[in-house]
Amino acid sequence: MLNRLIRRAPENFLSREQIREVQSGRRGFLAGALASAVGAAAAQTAPAPAGDPHILNLPDHSKSLGQAVAARGYGVPSVWEKNLQRRESPGLTRVSQASVSFCPLQGLFGIITPSGLHFERHHQGWWDIDPSQHRLMVNGSDEAMLRRPMVFDMDELMRLPPVSRIHFIECGANTGMEWGNVAVPTVQYTHGMISCSEYTGVPLRTILEMCGADFKRGKFVLAEGADGSSMTRTIPMSLVMSGEVLLAYGQNGEMLRPENGYPLRLVVPGVQGVSWVKYLRRIELGDMPYATKDETIHYVDLMPDGLHRQYTSLQEVKSVITSPSGGQMLLDKGFHNITGLAWSGRGKVRRVDVSADGGRNWKPARLQTPVLSKCLTRFNFDWSWDGLPALLMSRAVDETGHIQPTYAELRKVRGTRSIYHNNAIQTWLVEESGEVKNVQLS
Amino acid sequence: MFSSPDARALAALIVGWAALLPTLSHATPRFDGIGRTATPAEIKAWDIDVRPDFKGLPAGQGSVRRGEQVWEAQCASCHGSFGESNEVFTPIVGYTTKKDIETGRVASLQPGANAPTRTTLMKVSQLSTLWDYIYRAMPWTAPKSLSADEVYAVTAYILSLGHVVPEDFTLSDRNMREVQSRLPNRHGMTTAHGLWPGSELGGRARPDVQGSACMKDCQAAAAVASAIPDYARNAHGNLAEQSRSLGPTRGADTSRATAPDAGKKVGPAPVASAPAAMKNGAGERPAATDVGAADVMPLLQKNVCIACHGLDNKLVGPSFKEVAERYKSRSDAATYLAGKITGGGQGAWGAIPMPAQSISEADALRVAQWLAQGGGK
Repeated sequence: MLNRLIRRAPENFLSREQIREVQSGRRGFLAGALASAVGAAAAQTAPAPAGDPHILNLPDHSKSLGQAVAARGYGVPSVWEKNLQRRESPGLTRVSQASVSFCPLQGLFGIITPSGLHFERHHQGWWDIDPSQHRLMVNGSDEAMLRRPMVFDMDELMRLPPVSRIHFIECGANTGMEWGNVAVPTVQYTHGMISCSEYTGVPLRTILEMCGADFKRGKFVLAEGADGSSMTRTIPMSLVMSGEVLLAYGQNGEMLRPENGYPLRLVVPGVQGVSWVKYLRRIELGDMPYATKDETIHYVDLMPDGLHRQYTSLQEVKSVITSPSGGQMLLDKGFHNITGLAWSGRGKVRRVDVSADGGRNWKPARLQTPVLSKCLTRFNFDWSWDGLPALLMSRAVDETGHIQPTYAELRKVRGTRSIYHNNAIQTWLVEESGEVKNVQLS
Repeated sequence: MFSSPDARALAALIVGWAALLPTLSHATPRFDGIGRTATPAEIKAWDIDVRPDFKGLPAGQGSVRRGEQVWEAQCASCHGSFGESNEVFTPIVGYTTKKDIETGRVASLQPGANAPTRTTLMKVSQLSTLWDYIYRAMPWTAPKSLSADEVYAVTAYILSLGHVVPEDFTLSDRNMREVQSRLPNRHGMTTAHGLWPGSELGGRARPDVQGSACMKDCQAAAAVASAIPDYARNAHGNLAEQSRSLGPTRGADTSRATAPDAGKKVGPAPVASAPAAMKNGAGERPAATDVGAADVMPLLQKNVCIACHGLDNKLVGPSFKEVAERYKSRSDAATYLAGKITGGGQGAWGAIPMPAQSISEADALRVAQWLAQGGGK
């Protein structure tokens, strides 16, 4: 029993000292890694001069029978993938029903967020609502606003012709802890209030037309949730009329997850997450903005002159390198793929530039397809680390020509007390040890 | 092929059908059979929003005195008796002045005023907002349980704490407008920004901040101005356990003081950096009795710990000696390690996950205490 376990010790089970040895460059990377791998098991088994024991000694999974189909009716990640979890930032909130969990961007690939890792923001706790009892009401702020106020159940909404679109959702307070100075260690906490999914649903415009909406008078839409907070937000009519705003029930091919608003949520592409009202129960068409709690007391951006900006909704052009990123260790010098995400609430990402010297020199990164409007775009950049300290940054430009600013440029206009809409360029310091740290430059 | 008479008949049919079409399309909605008209009672039940022009505000009234009673019973546990709580939620009242009530701008929001917090009364610019929010979402654990009169009363109490209304005031649907004109921050909002999509609010179309497109020899900041101090290194837990243990990087082991670099000795994690969650809860359990190897060996065997952990040699997982060494100066080591035994973990010692062990809490704590006391020696 013991011997079988020993034989299976994998090569990446390196001790701290062994990793350091690899980093120090005293040995070539391959030789070092291999020697360390063998070293890890050396206490129990003799090194194998003929080659890698993982090749020479066939593992159990090559020599015996695996598990049956449908052993898990709903699949779950590998037992080896325990570390990527949504996590709270300690001390950020006092009650976990009115809190945030951050998405582990540091380990994700491509642009789609696995639904189980989607960031969470609840104002009064989440629910798993019986969809057969859920209703959507559409009414007007006065009786003339709609020819016919209507009620729909989920069966009816799902009978209507659907569309599926991929969009990012970002909390307006994403990166909010970093306005004044560095406060959190990893990209999960600096930028993890963003996720990206394929949403399926019905354009809100279709529903309003079915109700005979007076679009001449109705210039604002109120969206309201069914949970305890009955979250309300004023939704921009220009996005409703463009057909972008969806009444969504689908997320990444399945129904919405309860934490994301099952069975119905609003999708407002390009606009901060608080407007994507979950557990959506009511839409009201009106002729003035609503000044709801999250438009008057929260989600208002304090400017240096003491005025609060109200109805700030758009998420502006932004990007971040997700790997290597804060809290990670590079295992060796030499080639590394710098990868990250870019997005803009105003449309498509046009380009992303990467700097490894703190912003003195920039080179264009490769944008990975698809590049979609109001959607995460994955970028990659070839980099060879020489073992010296490096300052990694990414800078996105969107299709309107808006360029992501530095902290200095952003603070010059908006100060440091805004809380919301921090889209500054992120800097990661790679230390000689290979450890990556979150820093801000003067 | 149709014969000629057939074709004529078909043409006639099409013409006749076409003639019917306008009537048909008019009579049949595009998505017939979907949705129904909302009843007045349904709309009344759900349409509870109150707008800035007070449309939607139900008739009613409530005095400051009544509000204080409701507050003490329903609100004070989270918000404090005087709306000053900073323990559960941010304070509701504070840092507004008589002058602010006159001007409609809150001086403590001005640069340099350095108010230690931003209270609700410092920010709220619309009285409708307070009323609407309390009515729809408060109390936090029993939202929508307050009557309209109770909401008037609670709103009046909050306003009296900020000296917006006197202590003998009664707030009602008839005097909300008047009180609105006394809100300290009523002129403190602006929509002159580029963050609203569309022109309804009259903001600017262009972004207010634009970055630089410079590619070569750009002016760049010279020095690192801000970073996480070493003592807070572990404040978000051990980052080694928050990154994938596979691929080009690993999470940094922040349970130790600093990153190892050549020539610098690696020290133990400072006690102060233990995550708050580990310091709270059950708290530190004193090691009442010395636990020896002879005591725990039967436990280690019974629970098959030794299948993966050697006493002083690394097997699948680290040796007990290594574990004891790493956590020896951590004041909450026993609690922490007991949690690791029962909850499992990955990353602190490499990629191989340790599954959550089905072991009694008492046994787990005993093993953990043995480790915390330097087990394996």
